[in-house]
Amino acid sequence: MSDSLDAYLILAGILFAIGSFGFLARRNAISMLMSIELMLNAVNLVIVAFGAFIPELGAQGSVIALMVIAVAAAEATVGLAIVIAIFRNKKTPLVDEYDAMSQ
Amino acid sequence: MARKLAPIILALAVMGAVAGVAAIMLVLLGQDWEDALFWILAAVMLGSGLLVVTMRDIIRCGLAMIVCFGALAGIYVILGAPLIAAAQVIVYIGAISVLILFAIMLTQTKAAPSRLVFQTQAVPAAISAGVIAIVLALTVGATDWGEVPERIRLATNALSQVLFTDFVLAFEIVSVLLLAAVVGGVFLAKREPGGPS
Repeated sequence: MSDSLDAYLILAGILFAIGSFGFLARRNAISMLMSIELMLNAVNLVIVAFGAFIPELGAQGSVIALMVIAVAAAEATVGLAIVIAIFRNKKTPLVDEYDAMSQ
Repeated sequence: MARKLAPIILALAVMGAVAGVAAIMLVLLGQDWEDALFWILAAVMLGSGLLVVTMRDIIRCGLAMIVCFGALAGIYVILGAPLIAAAQVIVYIGAISVLILFAIMLTQTKAAPSRLVFQTQAVPAAISAGVIAIVLALTVGATDWGEVPERIRLATNALSQVLFTDFVLAFEIVSVLLLAAVVGGVFLAKREPGGPS
């Protein structure tokens, strides 16, 4: 099994589905950010798996995966800073109480 | 009590099922150890991923996320990409997890975990996530990707050669992006003098 590309792709697909469920269903803003991290990791696994099984890609798969990791770090920094800034104003981490734009 | 334990039991059941499949493969079908390691790491990764999205206590969600990232680093090693695994450990387990745990400690109030964890659309979200997983699995099964039947192990030398010749512009742009993200994060999270405390 560990020598077939399909196993890695299906594994990444299930992880992506778990992340999307968490993003849609959780009420806590930080839980939603953690679910986004899960989805980013699933996509990264797909990229590395393609790089490891398709010889035409060479080293490009791993390079793109490194770039994705760096961009994910930047995304986590800004996202958590935004959550902390909102929490300072609204005093709650629950996203369904962020309703200032609907009033 | 039962509601508290339900997510943990669910995740343990998934992990046990996959680990049982691995054990049966080892004993009955005579697979090698690399396959068994792949199955065990996949089981740990999916089980802790389920714990991340279902547990009540958000600190425990963060800790389960660290386990999930560690198992994924192991899968990168099996795939023959040790440098990506090292970057995964340093960036995700080392940096992002600590950032998320600090943000959890800064933002959680006492009342938050005792109330509802899920939105009202949790059941449609679960159904749509299942549909996504099934569609992705069917697509993967139906497509011929043109892959070779064995993994290509990439030397770190070759990877760094490509990174610092062909992709050097992207490398520099990512470093500038990281600098901008750090400055933006500090600016957004900074407490303004005279503002709301």
